[in-house]
Amino acid sequence: MKQDVFMLGGQEFQSRFILGSGKYNVELVKAAVEQAGAQMITLAVRRANSSGEGNILDFIPEGVTLLPNTSGARNAKEAVRIAKLSRELGCGNFVKVEIMRDSKYLLPDNQETVKATELLAKEGFVVLPYMYPDLNTARDLVNAGAAAVMPLAAPIGSNKGLATKEFIQILIDEIDLPIIVDAGIGRPSQACEVMEMGAAAVMANTAIATAGDIPKMASAFRKAIEAGREGYLSGLGRVKERGGEASSPLTGFLRD
Amino acid sequence: MKINGVIKEYPSGLTVSQMLEREGFQKEQVAVELNEEIVSRDAYGTTVLKNADVIEVVYFMGGGSQ
Repeated sequence: MKQDVFMLGGQEFQSRFILGSGKYNVELVKAAVEQAGAQMITLAVRRANSSGEGNILDFIPEGVTLLPNTSGARNAKEAVRIAKLSRELGCGNFVKVEIMRDSKYLLPDNQETVKATELLAKEGFVVLPYMYPDLNTARDLVNAGAAAVMPLAAPIGSNKGLATKEFIQILIDEIDLPIIVDAGIGRPSQACEVMEMGAAAVMANTAIATAGDIPKMASAFRKAIEAGREGYLSGLGRVKERGGEASSPLTGFLRD
Repeated sequence: MKINGVIKEYPSGLTVSQMLEREGFQKEQVAVELNEEIVSRDAYGTTVLKNADVIEVVYFMGGGSQ
């Protein structure tokens, strides 16, 4: 069987689960990454303090690709600034563009996201823009040089699931880049569903971070994502609109 | 000068390298911005700070999103 490899920014990944590292103790990061089987993890860039608290990089297993995000950016200019600082921290060229000017729902600003994507792609970044699932914006992101498109399923941190399902499906069907569903996925079954729909990967943070047992939930997501991917690759069976259809022969009954 | 939003009094002639030490930052874990321009690591020892400078010292921390 041909190996199912996920290509992103010229790099090969076997895992299709991108794990967030926020909202939980850094000491659990290693176990979560291992149980998730994740090969990519997101990080934020913030003002340093000198209190000597554990450096998160010490807790991330070797070989895991770091995906810094531009969280905190309110426009393209701020996102570019944060991205450049993250590259200076010496962890590669990947960046997840995240631009928000709404602090209640934390919805991404699609227009500024397109601008930042274009600027950063020109600077040689592998740009993964987080966006509200809109086909026109997704097309603009392709033209701007994005490496993938990251539509939200529901507001960040809400665990509400696939609220934008129909629109994510449109992106999967129409956009010729990996669609990585990010934000809002709260349960393994939802991660599985979106992989069955043809998403290239899933990113989750809060669903794991707010679970009762963090490493165990990371493992549950890994299995769900793998199952959904395999279901997608298998080609889902058809749905019969009306009536049923026997799956055993309709002959040779023990009667008459 | 202003470091991460806080006004600090330092004698003139201080380099970025010395500032990081005095502030207790681990050089290999941070990135430095001076008046919105990145200071590359090899320039820490030769970049001299002035009184009116605005400096940001950042590092990675846990984060999925905002």
